[in-house]
Amino acid sequence: MALLEVSDLTVVFRRRGEAPFTAVDGVSFAVEPGQTVGLVGESGCGKSVTSLAIMGLLPRRGATVMGSVRFEGTELLSLSPRQMRDRRGRDLGMVFQDPLSSLNPVVSIGLQVTEVLERHRGMPRRQAMVEAADLLDKVGIPDPRRRLDEYPHQLSGGMRQRALIAMALACRPRLLIADEPTTALDVTIQAQILALLAELVRDTGTALIMITHDLGVVAGLCDEVNVLYAGRVVERAERHELFRRPRHPYTHGLLASIPRLDAPRGERLVPIQGSVADNIPWDHGCAFAPRCPRALEACVEITPHMGEEGGRLLRCHNPVQENQEVPA
Amino acid sequence: MTSGVDSTTQKSTSDSDVLVAVDGLAVHFPIRRGIVLDRTVGHVYAVDGVDLDIRRGETYGLVGESGCGKSTLGRAMLRLVEPTGGRVVFDGVDLSTLRGESLRRMRRRMQMVFQDPLSSLDPRQSVESILVEGLRAHGLDQGRETTGRRLRELLTSVGLPTTALRKYPHEFSGGQRQRIGIARALTVEPDLVVADEPVSALDVSVQAQVINLLADLQRELGLTYLVIAHDLAVVRHISDRVGVMYLGGIVEEAGSNELYAQPLHPYTRALLSAVPVPDPLLEDRRERILLTGDLPSPAAPPSGCRFHTRCPWRQPERCDTERPALREVAGGHRVACHWAEEIRDGRIQPHEVRPELVEEDGLLSPDTALTGPASVTEVLGP
Repeated sequence: MALLEVSDLTVVFRRRGEAPFTAVDGVSFAVEPGQTVGLVGESGCGKSVTSLAIMGLLPRRGATVMGSVRFEGTELLSLSPRQMRDRRGRDLGMVFQDPLSSLNPVVSIGLQVTEVLERHRGMPRRQAMVEAADLLDKVGIPDPRRRLDEYPHQLSGGMRQRALIAMALACRPRLLIADEPTTALDVTIQAQILALLAELVRDTGTALIMITHDLGVVAGLCDEVNVLYAGRVVERAERHELFRRPRHPYTHGLLASIPRLDAPRGERLVPIQGSVADNIPWDHGCAFAPRCPRALEACVEITPHMGEEGGRLLRCHNPVQENQEVPA
Repeated sequence: MTSGVDSTTQKSTSDSDVLVAVDGLAVHFPIRRGIVLDRTVGHVYAVDGVDLDIRRGETYGLVGESGCGKSTLGRAMLRLVEPTGGRVVFDGVDLSTLRGESLRRMRRRMQMVFQDPLSSLDPRQSVESILVEGLRAHGLDQGRETTGRRLRELLTSVGLPTTALRKYPHEFSGGQRQRIGIARALTVEPDLVVADEPVSALDVSVQAQVINLLADLQRELGLTYLVIAHDLAVVRHISDRVGVMYLGGIVEEAGSNELYAQPLHPYTRALLSAVPVPDPLLEDRRERILLTGDLPSPAAPPSGCRFHTRCPWRQPERCDTERPALREVAGGHRVACHWAEEIRDGRIQPHEVRPELVEEDGLLSPDTALTGPASVTEVLGP
């Protein structure tokens, strides 16, 4: 049985004076222990809302969450807020994008890390402090004892993200969700944090859901990759498969539109036309059709269903052919 | 971006080829403390002795991580921040000698494209009024009809419909807003466009549109670009020559292909090896040079080579005490490292580096009350 099984997850936001907005539209995926699963997409594709829905962090008023999220067989969506609070931090850890706004600026780092330990593992303060210093040391913060007394503003961006990872790991969760954990960081610091996450997954068997817009990050870290567009998964494959032969025109287009360090320079980029805002609703056809270079007439009339083909899931009427390599 | 010939081969550059010459430029921001007694307790050395030339019609890329001073350098070159030392010669004119009206007139020839198009466009001005403002300020408004035609041409050239003139910035998507920002810079027909992170706020699929647009405009209008960015792949793609900055100084400068094929400075090597590449096979066998620790505070830069605290190739004595000058090691390839040749030939091997604690409050003693900004990024914003 999978550790986490998300099936048909749908999140609808009610908007004052406007039609409700479906941010996540029937997303399904599963995560095995020790596996790293990537959710990739651009702004507005629903990747962060998916993670918030799994963690039960969406506001009760205004957002309707449907479908099912099963963690080791337990349905998370039907848990009471109190039961969910017990799960969060203990079984499910989360690392957010912006470490400065996810840390309390007026509480010392030590107190913020020990809070989790006292709440979930019932440790006495003194023991929790020792454990907290251990955790900071494990995530690579130099001189951890001193750092415990410091406040978030005294730490650099990379150190703050490490502190946040330490907090997320304090109770040895079996699932860690990282929502754009390195987007706010510089490349050299990003490399440090990614190496740290990979090491944690390897050493502790924690399952990791990696949410990012950066295809490069996914290529090095994830076992399986889900590409999201306008709230739905449009393609899913094992990472080598996905990058070697992207079949969905959106995945293909993304790979062709980024300048790459490993390709010869000077070739013109092939951008995807339009912007993420040019969607048509999924129930009228394919949301990507207005921007798609391979769109057929059927694409704006019939909603494409998810089809399976050799271990790959694909939602497209006219996929890119197998033999068509990525223009590198 | 457009020159067919790799610029590294153009070794002989006469002075007339150089549009902007920067010589020993420095920008030091004072750190002030106290309310009644306003005293300066130190300086943030944002830009500290930079020499570079930008040739006519080329794209010069400036890369570096946050806090390295790349944005400040770009602004200081246009005198949007006042340099503390050194000089900038723009087309033969020393900008520091210009005052008032003559400086304002010179500014027509150098325009800027900002990172965040939403915050750099006035939300209460229509696109037409945004575009006309620059024309009026420089006395280029030649009557309603001519100006109208010019604006429509401009919008077409940046790929926006002419109906955009009557709309307001919030009605556009991020990519379109950036196009407006570019059109605004081009209204006054500048020679130099400084683009500070022109695509980093945009979605991946839209970035390529703006990058291609910048290339097309350069070819059509013969523009010279200074592109400041943290994304090394983007910079390599659009630049003819690239300068890498670390803590206020340029550590390496070379033709774009040359720099990426054979980076000589340890920092450039680490930077390039850290960029994730969307190719799992390559990612699996890639060797990363993981730097330990953080960027030291620019208020208390390390002695000697500024990179020595994190450098895996650091050698005893000389690296700690003597600041390496930017010197030419091969045609057009300049590097600021004492040991560049030895590292290139493998005569010095990398070793482990113990991370040093980086004090965010820099040179201040711990008991000083912290009221001011702690780092240069805090002073300038992102």
